Amino acid sequence: MKLYWKYFLIQLKSKMEYKASFVLTCIGQFFVSFQVFLGVYFMFRRFYAIEGFTYQEVLLCFGITLMEFSLAEIFARGFDLFPVLIRKGEFDRIMVRPRNEILQVLGSRMEFTRAGRILQAVFMFAYGVYVSDISWTFPKILTVIFMLAGGMAVFSGLFLLYAALCFFTLDGLEIFNIFTDGAKEFGKYPVSIYGKRVLQLCTFVIPYALIQYYPLTFLLDRGKYWYSLLPLAACLFLLPCFALWKCGVRHYTSCGS
Amino acid sequence: MITLEHVSKTYKVSKRNAGFSSACKALFRREYEYIHALSDVSFTIQDGEMVGYIGPNGAGKSSTIKILSGILIPDSGTCLINGIVPWKNRISHTRGIGVVFGQRTQLWWDVPVIDSYELLKEIYQINTHTYRRNLERLTDMLDLSGLLKTPARQLSLGQRMRCEIAASLLHNPRILFLDEPTIGLDAVSKLAVREFILQLNKEQNTTVILTTHDMQDIEALTNRVILIGKGQILLDGRLEDILLHGSSAEESLAEFYRSHGI
Repeated sequence: MKLYWKYFLIQLKSKMEYKASFVLTCIGQFFVSFQVFLGVYFMFRRFYAIEGFTYQEVLLCFGITLMEFSLAEIFARGFDLFPVLIRKGEFDRIMVRPRNEILQVLGSRMEFTRAGRILQAVFMFAYGVYVSDISWTFPKILTVIFMLAGGMAVFSGLFLLYAALCFFTLDGLEIFNIFTDGAKEFGKYPVSIYGKRVLQLCTFVIPYALIQYYPLTFLLDRGKYWYSLLPLAACLFLLPCFALWKCGVRHYTSCGS
Repeated sequence: MITLEHVSKTYKVSKRNAGFSSACKALFRREYEYIHALSDVSFTIQDGEMVGYIGPNGAGKSSTIKILSGILIPDSGTCLINGIVPWKNRISHTRGIGVVFGQRTQLWWDVPVIDSYELLKEIYQINTHTYRRNLERLTDMLDLSGLLKTPARQLSLGQRMRCEIAASLLHNPRILFLDEPTIGLDAVSKLAVREFILQLNKEQNTTVILTTHDMQDIEALTNRVILIGKGQILLDGRLEDILLHGSSAEESLAEFYRSHGI
């Protein structure tokens, strides 16, 4: 963790070398976040209820999903640039250093522009919680924390999976963004509205539903009690992702120099 | 001590003809070719030895270095470095080695060199005392005092190479891999780098494995050369063994390559 912090500092210092660019990026990010929020607001003004979920409930769902995604982004979005590391041969350098490869990959690239998006997520999350008329009890608060933790695990797992696949394809797979950014988009609504098949897929293959739909129904007093524990089960998703990554590292063949 | 026994490595390379239509074809059906980067390579290097590892482009030099440094896993054969199999115990292995890739930098491009060093201190978990002592020694030997506060992107190639070498030695490695350390350097910088390597080997008894195309590097630094061609070791001995009377090291080497058909 200390090393990660050090990586963070050196990246920040690098960015601050270019003063004008740094300042402009910060300002730009603020406006982008704000504009995204307005978009969401106006969209929700036109729709009120979907498949038995009210406007407030959907907003809560969106707030939580966005927060899960953004938390995962803080830590794991570095994998986005992983194909670049592979193609430039920079992964060789990582391999000859006595630290965990994943930590080094994450530390090697950081995007500070994310700061704006996190602000936006915090805002949406707070707003979603505020407008929902849920009577907050201790188990429910705990469930939300589980959802955030589980969601972070699932999205981080997806980012890791994306990077692991680069070992085999040597290039980024744009299609993979369907599962990451796409999931954020369709995660605005409880996955059950997309139909039974999608719900099954999101339960057993990529466990979106475990971090979103099931615990949400519990929050809204419609689900069973043990639904609140499902986000923790979703953490298991990290295991196969990690295994594939390890397999990828063994498969790594570098490139000529 | 480094021992390499019967190491082989094969790459699968996809092939296609030029042109757009064959690119489309290749999307569906690919033809592969197997390239034997290394076949049955064995050698032993003692502690404190300085070895020149030479051979034409594509002979397998980089592959060997990558296996020795734990990046690649060979298809067959064994490799032991100070009792550790590099790719099985990567983390403890890499604590004991330093690697300089002459064509790639390990310094952070935009920040002063000293900031990069501080981060390396953290990566290698060097204790503060050792770090200070090593930094002082390296600053002295490589004449870095004026460079440490400059961002890496503003250094000249020669200055940067000196900083690179220092960066890979901060953690006191027992073994140093130098992959073309003098490539593109001017005469003064080349001499400075060579002199430093000699001194390091003498004072710290660091094992140095040097790959280069510059025969003067080899003449100045190493007694022993391992010559590799087409993935096989062609010579393991002294440079004088291939020197021809009346021609330079470069010409003799070219003649040697020709006579082996590489």
